[in-house]
Amino acid sequence: MFNPENLIRKGLPKGHFKDLVVRFVLAGLTYVVVLIAALLFAKIIMDGAPVLFKAKAPFVDFEFLTAKNETLHVFDDAQGNRHQLPASRYNDYLAKYEGAPIFNEQTYSYSGGGIAGPIVGTALLTIGSMVLALFFGVAAAIYLSEYAKQSPFIHAIRLAILNLAGIPSIVFGLFGFSVFVLAVPVITPTPSDRSLLTIPLHINHYVMSFQGWNSSLMAGCATLACMILPVIITASEESLRAVPQGFRDASLAMGATRWQTIRKCVLPFSLPGILTSSLLAITRVAGETAPIMFTAAVAAKDDLPWQGLKSPFDILSSQVQALPYHIYTLAARIPSSEYTRRAQYGSVFVFLLLVASLSVGSMILRAKLRSKLKW
Amino acid sequence: MVKTSTAIQINNLSFAYGAKQVLHDVSLEIPARQVTAFIGPSGCGKSTLLRCFNRINDRIPGAKLTAGSILVHDIDINRTDIDLQELRRRIGMVFQKYNPFAKSIYDNVAFSLRAAGRTKRSVLDGIVENALKNAALWDEVKSRLHASAFGLSGGQQQRLCIARAIANQPEILLMDEPCAALDPLATLKIEELLSELKKQYTIIIVTHNLAQATRCSDNTAFMYLGKVIEYGSTMQLFENPKEPQTEAYVTGKFG
Repeated sequence: MFNPENLIRKGLPKGHFKDLVVRFVLAGLTYVVVLIAALLFAKIIMDGAPVLFKAKAPFVDFEFLTAKNETLHVFDDAQGNRHQLPASRYNDYLAKYEGAPIFNEQTYSYSGGGIAGPIVGTALLTIGSMVLALFFGVAAAIYLSEYAKQSPFIHAIRLAILNLAGIPSIVFGLFGFSVFVLAVPVITPTPSDRSLLTIPLHINHYVMSFQGWNSSLMAGCATLACMILPVIITASEESLRAVPQGFRDASLAMGATRWQTIRKCVLPFSLPGILTSSLLAITRVAGETAPIMFTAAVAAKDDLPWQGLKSPFDILSSQVQALPYHIYTLAARIPSSEYTRRAQYGSVFVFLLLVASLSVGSMILRAKLRSKLKW
Repeated sequence: MVKTSTAIQINNLSFAYGAKQVLHDVSLEIPARQVTAFIGPSGCGKSTLLRCFNRINDRIPGAKLTAGSILVHDIDINRTDIDLQELRRRIGMVFQKYNPFAKSIYDNVAFSLRAAGRTKRSVLDGIVENALKNAALWDEVKSRLHASAFGLSGGQQQRLCIARAIANQPEILLMDEPCAALDPLATLKIEELLSELKKQYTIIIVTHNLAQATRCSDNTAFMYLGKVIEYGSTMQLFENPKEPQTEAYVTGKFG
């Protein structure tokens, strides 16, 4: 018998306490994660921001961003004043007060000057590897989603690409070292002694020598590109597939060729998705240390990458400093003290700002493209 | 059935998606400069048949012609040396769901011309205007040709797709349930447009709307389970069907 009175419950709803407990546990776990992240950022900002920002105009310490990295000299003069000077100014000081006594002198590697070298190096590595990875990645994604027949072989390839994304970055670093640094062919009149194989070309004594590119910007870019290719391919393929089939049908039905269809009706609409994946890739490329420590990065370098080159192309075969590797050096390779903190926290803070601004920039770009190309 | 020249001749056509046979031994003669309607319940193969005429089925994996032939003005369109792009320029298509590109109205209409390599602005301007006029859309959009096509109403978007399809002056126009996503008023506009367009084009229309078939078509083919059950003039097929299945369908007993 249906009794409408039963629709009104007596007491609390069923499972009320269980719901409350589950809710509090889940909320608690969520906020623990947020708290950890917040503490991390707070620590970096509190220690790092004072290095980069100042209380007086122009409020930003541009010297830290634009000066070369130098050794820091710390010493007392005869009056008992403590001086902290980077190597170049230390030499000026010595020249100025020739013969004046100096006490308690200590030196700290990498801790003076600024971090222009690592910033520029990271920018070059990021740009180079993104150009390479986007070129190869988008090409592969177009082939996989638009041209390839859905055969077991193609599925195997797709699976292999997915698995590639899970390989630790240090393995990519070693792969890059053994392939790009030691083994890829170069064309040169003077092959090195450790060349794996030389093939004479019979043009002015030039030979193709499998001797690698040495530790260089291009070896680093190639290694980083290999590392993020799977991310770019997978995400680009997905965003290509997300473009409605109707666009392809309509375009083909009007007599466009397959390539015209892809170029005019598919690629433009998948651009926001491809950009999203490349944004993730950019932050990864800029942040990885392991792939570049054997292939491109150097701890100390006096010149900026483009200085002291015979030809502009030599920049590709020169080593560079890089921010993540610089941070690693500052953290692990030098004894820490109160005089090294400026360089350490400053570098980390600048690095964080760089990655954050890259993310924000890409997000804005993506939102703009989306609003223009929505369907 | 009114006798004129034949635009499309289908001989014993069988067609399959992978292992699934969709069309069985279909034979039809579709006259030029008339409207021919394909009717039948969902899944009977009428859209598939339509999509064979411009070979847009080619891009579906596993789709293949298993027997028979399709002759468009006496040329077998499944020959290996067919110029697919030219074929599709001669046979335009309008889809069920209006699908303009996320481009301006002008660029949508000019798309097929540009794809064919005709990029001269002065030539395009004239053709775009003409196509939009023939699709009865010109007066509504002439002031905003360079605005996004997505700003148009559903009915306008579908007429834009028709303008896009006739910009290349095709011989034949294929319409796959062009009014399925439209309201009655927009449908009426498209139907009025059809009676104008058939003076210039051979039109084949797939429709679920029996009243629409009677209103705008000269000939009708009733299809069921991948076979053509009956084909004849629209008036005869609806008022005096020969097959009992046709009668059951057109009188609403099943379908």
